[in-house]
Amino acid sequence: MYFLRRIILSMPLLLVISMLAFVLVHLAPGGPFDSERKPASPEIERNLQAKYHLDEPILKQYLSYLDGLVHGDLGPSMKYRDHDVNEILASGLPVSLTLGCLAFGFATLGGIVLGFLTARHQGSWMSHAINFVVLLSVCVPGFVVAPILILVFAMRLHWFPVALWGTPWHMVLPAIALGLFFAGKVARILQSGMLEAMQSEFMVAARAKGLGETRLLARHAFRMALLPVVSFSGPMLADLLTGSFVVENIFQIPGIGVFLVNGSLNRDYPVVVGLSLLYAALLIGLNLVVDYLYTLLDPRVSYE
Amino acid sequence: MGFCKCARRMFRRAHFVFWLALLPGILAGCSRPEPPADLTIINSVEPESLDPAIIVAQADMRVVQGLFEGLTRLEPVQARAVPGLAQNWEISSDGLTYTFHLRPNLKWSTGGGISSTDVVYSWIRALKPQTASRYAGQLYYLTNAEAFNTGSIKNPDLVGVHAVDPLTVRVQLHSPTAFFLDLCAFPTLAVVPRQWIEKYGDHWLTHQPLPVSGAYELAEWRLNDRIRLVKNPNYWDAAHTRSRVIDFLPVGSASTALNLYMSGQADVVWDKSMIPSQLLDLLLKRPDFHSFGYLGTYFIRFNTTRKPFDDPRVRQALALAVDKDWIVKKITRAGEKTTSHLVPDGTRDYTSPEGLGHDVARARQLLAEAGYPGGRGFPRFEYLFDGSAGAGGNIHESIALELQQMWREALGIQMDLRQVETQVFWGMQSRLDYTLARSSWIADYDDANTFLGMFVTGDGNNETGWGNPRYDSLVHEANQTVDPLKREHLFQQAETILIRDAVPIIPLYIYVGVNYFDTNKVRGIYENVLDDHPLQWIVKVKK
Repeated sequence: MYFLRRIILSMPLLLVISMLAFVLVHLAPGGPFDSERKPASPEIERNLQAKYHLDEPILKQYLSYLDGLVHGDLGPSMKYRDHDVNEILASGLPVSLTLGCLAFGFATLGGIVLGFLTARHQGSWMSHAINFVVLLSVCVPGFVVAPILILVFAMRLHWFPVALWGTPWHMVLPAIALGLFFAGKVARILQSGMLEAMQSEFMVAARAKGLGETRLLARHAFRMALLPVVSFSGPMLADLLTGSFVVENIFQIPGIGVFLVNGSLNRDYPVVVGLSLLYAALLIGLNLVVDYLYTLLDPRVSYE
Repeated sequence: MGFCKCARRMFRRAHFVFWLALLPGILAGCSRPEPPADLTIINSVEPESLDPAIIVAQADMRVVQGLFEGLTRLEPVQARAVPGLAQNWEISSDGLTYTFHLRPNLKWSTGGGISSTDVVYSWIRALKPQTASRYAGQLYYLTNAEAFNTGSIKNPDLVGVHAVDPLTVRVQLHSPTAFFLDLCAFPTLAVVPRQWIEKYGDHWLTHQPLPVSGAYELAEWRLNDRIRLVKNPNYWDAAHTRSRVIDFLPVGSASTALNLYMSGQADVVWDKSMIPSQLLDLLLKRPDFHSFGYLGTYFIRFNTTRKPFDDPRVRQALALAVDKDWIVKKITRAGEKTTSHLVPDGTRDYTSPEGLGHDVARARQLLAEAGYPGGRGFPRFEYLFDGSAGAGGNIHESIALELQQMWREALGIQMDLRQVETQVFWGMQSRLDYTLARSSWIADYDDANTFLGMFVTGDGNNETGWGNPRYDSLVHEANQTVDPLKREHLFQQAETILIRDAVPIIPLYIYVGVNYFDTNKVRGIYENVLDDHPLQWIVKVKK
């Protein structure tokens, strides 16, 4: 019941987001058809505006956009004039989803392993070394990590292709470049959660009962520490799934991240609004999933 | 109590995440990789469109030229117009009527003949207001074309293009247009499939099998991923199409383009935006990097409606104070030549007059004459530019900084810099919402008119607020003249007004095209003034 209500409530939220996105992108200075070469006659400019209904009042434009939206039509792209936004999503979204899921898998698995190890071997040289790596992965931005990965693993060692998309080999480096930051984040969250759990009373009790240290960590502290990781993973997954401009650009991956950024720069109104809506819907949906997972992980949590 | 249950749930969830992460990878891995292309070209970013009537970018045209051909086509060495779908033509003595004879047995790639009605349809389509073609002006040389495009006449039969018989097209121009045969090779005038367009409307290019009139068929178009062209066996000159399969990779980052080239995944990279500017000096020393001058000029616009730049002496003073050598040596660095005139060297049948050189003493004197000795009393003004796309460095910004310093040191005047987004920049420039602005122009065809025509009073691309009746009449007269020598003389007089007397612009340098490909492996790409490279001539030599 609770989740059903949340789903219903998210509809007006999406409506407001679509309206804001629509109005804001139209308010931005410059338009989709401004270019270096002015058409031979101002009439040509008017033809273009008319073709895409940009000459109509903004409210009317928004209403006809909504009408299209209800019928599952996100409108034409004004930059890529042979395609509409649905086609752009259909071609780019599966790619961004694949890359996002792989990066998510890498970030959660890698982050959990690293976080666990630092907590397990706290104070040793190994935990310091891992902490340093984790710190680096959080601090160094993707546009530095990606070229370094390419230089080492593609140009020097020839293990992976330098760019493009198609085979599983093409996916490894971009997934790492995209997921590294989040892996570091997950490791830090898990580590601090575990250290905190290890101070708690039930751990002292369990230790007093003679439970081995590894078992103690794996069974009890880990479970406690996983909760904040789960709540972080919702927005993280939304972030990863909607693609990344930097990683897609550097590896020349045909996802939707590039379209969102270029769409904004080119004032490609329908692309920007459509992709903003998608991002909002993903964020809302994944937060719901996280809240549901909470009820599974922690028996104390209940929404009824 | 619930621990076991919970652990089981957790395990299930972990499984779910694991499979969620792995599944798409496995799915993608199952898809069979395509056979490699004979030639892979990196061609700047994803094309805006492949519709010849709609495209405006040079990179897009390089792809579209392979798909759709016009009455003429460009040969690869000098980019001159040679017979294309038309095998020959007659031009009336007044230069106003062109009669084109199509080759017999012309065929669409999907079968079915190409006839003169297809030519007429394609040109009228480009002119139709509903098509909203930004380059419709390329057809304005035809009688009534402009009136039809702007909606003041509705009957397409009044436009100066008609099918006399299935193999003959008659074109009526309103003034002799020396470069009309070059225009016939321009994508806006290419021949497109009528039935297909009427059937699929705005999405006609995304349906297969697409009927094409050019040397290549569109085998695959994956957005922002690749465009694959395969040889069109029905093309009239298919016997001379040298590569069977050509892939175009849209690439958004210059470093990625270089990486793909270095690792052998791309054979040719063309477009200067695809060279990482930090590596320019190093790369240009390599034998596989080719830099050559082409018909494009980088210049500065004055808004002549704003004080004090309404005074030609002020504009001349600023022009004389610019050290252009320093700009090409320090900033652009790809072998660009400085220029004092707008029309680039190498333009057919034309040599530009000399413009204003670098003469600081004369600049100071002119500024004093205009009432600002030593720059005293000269108001602060703003220089507008946009972030340059593609390559890492921002050339516009670097040039702006140099100009700021040059003018401060030479003339004692203060300039502020203002950078805006590219889409905002174009609008501001055309609304004359600027004082000084960076500008450039690349030739549409090999003729002085493509540069000088735009500074006629009120032209949409003038964007300086400047106008001069004498200049207008010289350009007009030149375009009525058939004799090349007379025409050159008229254009020279016009350009002298533009670059020596009135100076609404300061030309800085002539662009260079930069390609990289190994000449031992790839043949058929020539350095020509239009930086145009017809696809059917290019081939990778197998070793």
